[in-house]
Amino acid sequence: MEMCSDEAVKYVWEGAIPLQIHLHESEVTTLPPPSPILILGPRLGYLPLLVPIIKAHFSSTLPPGTDTVWFDYKGLPLKWSIPTGVLFDLLCAEPERPWNLTVHFRGGHPGDILSPCEGEDSVKWSYINSLKEAAYIINGNCKNVMNMSQADQYDLWQSVLKGNLDGYIKISSRLKLGPFRDDSLVRPASSPAQHQQQATAEHEPTGSGKPCRIPVRLYVRNIGDDLDDLEDAPIIDSWERISYINRPFEIHKEEGGYLTLEQAVKSLLPEIFDFKPPFEDTRELKSKESPDSSLTDAEIVDTSKSVEEEQASSVAESEVHPPNRLKIKLIRVQGIELESDIPFYWVANNLKSTEFFLHMCVFLTGPTKHAKMR
Amino acid sequence: MGSSCLWNGTLSPDEFNTAATALAKRWKETDSTLPEWIWIPCQRMGVSSSNVEGYLALEKVYRHRGSEEDKADDNCSVDEELVDDDATLVCGNNDDLHAYDFHIVYSYSYRVPILYFRGYRSDGHPLSLDEIVMDLPPHSSNTLKESKWTFLTQEEHPYLNRPWYMLHPCGISDWMKLLLVDGVSNEGSKTPQYLPAWLSVIGQAVGLRIPLELHQKP
Repeated sequence: MEMCSDEAVKYVWEGAIPLQIHLHESEVTTLPPPSPILILGPRLGYLPLLVPIIKAHFSSTLPPGTDTVWFDYKGLPLKWSIPTGVLFDLLCAEPERPWNLTVHFRGGHPGDILSPCEGEDSVKWSYINSLKEAAYIINGNCKNVMNMSQADQYDLWQSVLKGNLDGYIKISSRLKLGPFRDDSLVRPASSPAQHQQQATAEHEPTGSGKPCRIPVRLYVRNIGDDLDDLEDAPIIDSWERISYINRPFEIHKEEGGYLTLEQAVKSLLPEIFDFKPPFEDTRELKSKESPDSSLTDAEIVDTSKSVEEEQASSVAESEVHPPNRLKIKLIRVQGIELESDIPFYWVANNLKSTEFFLHMCVFLTGPTKHAKMR
Repeated sequence: MGSSCLWNGTLSPDEFNTAATALAKRWKETDSTLPEWIWIPCQRMGVSSSNVEGYLALEKVYRHRGSEEDKADDNCSVDEELVDDDATLVCGNNDDLHAYDFHIVYSYSYRVPILYFRGYRSDGHPLSLDEIVMDLPPHSSNTLKESKWTFLTQEEHPYLNRPWYMLHPCGISDWMKLLLVDGVSNEGSKTPQYLPAWLSVIGQAVGLRIPLELHQKP
């Protein structure tokens, strides 16, 4: 398999979600209510970028006021900085076409869930900041992005905005952010998770042992126990049901073999797949394994109370089960359910998003109801 | 580990945990009137990480608008631009109590600590960006005007899944290198000194006063 596939990248860039966007009922001022608008949302695009077209459709019926535009899907406010294709892959376990979204123009903006969005500028800078982050992960600094000329920065953003792949390649290749080459491949010596742990402990990027780091954003949701049909997956009514993991994947150079997608995903989720001892013993084992870790029991400030408080608002803890009962049901990237043994570097090179992050949606199966872990 | 002259100003996750413990301990030993830094361990998918993962929290730091040590007058001058009516100027008004929560979170991408914070009124109502800007030291509110998108923005808190204000991390490793690499002769003392040094810069940006004793060698 070739490391880079122009064809795959082209498919990804052409990908779009058919959207059917409804005006929220509280903003309907006409009878009959306005019809929804059908529009193609580019997979690599962002919802606020569609607002000018959507607003033109609804503008004649909108109540007076200023715009604070946001979208929801079945009541879940949609995070605008996540590419549209990722939102679709994540929230529609069974793809829904067209995808029915609701748009809000006049208020109700859930500021505790969504960052404020001031239209294209907000999206552009969120994009640039992500690009900087990716550059830092890959090169250990963001100089290439910071030193871009205004003209290049403008052209790059325009190419993303307009889905212009040729223009994008022209500018982005100057950033020297890949491709990830097969000489940075590795076959994990033991378990991938163990390997990763080692990698983080010895990460000191001095000299030749410099690891290859790949920018990854992982969205993990548990769709329930022994679910045969994805249509039966529970509706996501809160972002707390999704574990969002923003942690680069690290590869140490080693001879031979290749790293599969499944190995990579499991190594990114050591909490779930590096599960050797019963839960209660984890910390004890940890202190035996790495004596240099200074967070021993005695030194950890007792925060059991605040932990409990945090749990109420924190990631999906209460919804999931001990990790040994969780299994990967599917890994979806750019709308594709990928084979678990596909080479990870191929996925990273060809299915990444425009800010050089690989967004992966991981669906787990396992019991969803159980007592809170302590 | 490499020698300190090659050190690039970053921390590994384990070093961050060590540094966090050291900061919480040292902070407690100072005479600070501020609350304590508390380590909040985190879980993902129902289990705690095999690496102990978490963040440091300093919560309910109260601030009377205009009573901040660093130049209350400058804070007022910010008000003048935003408020037309003099009668609504609230400088020095004791009822106008703002609370701030600060979290120090490790960034796996940048391998440095990142400061997240939020501000709210005594009734729990979140402060608007304009209100927060008025609480910021003048140099920060100026920077914010010049660099609206690359200095301080609302971003997703990595563990709480909701927007918090974040000071952008690009460049932290470079100035941490400058701050620590010369003064620290061995690797061992780099980690415990990391967060006090980091906080001496980051804290200034958000008007968080750092007890002087924090910088004294243990």
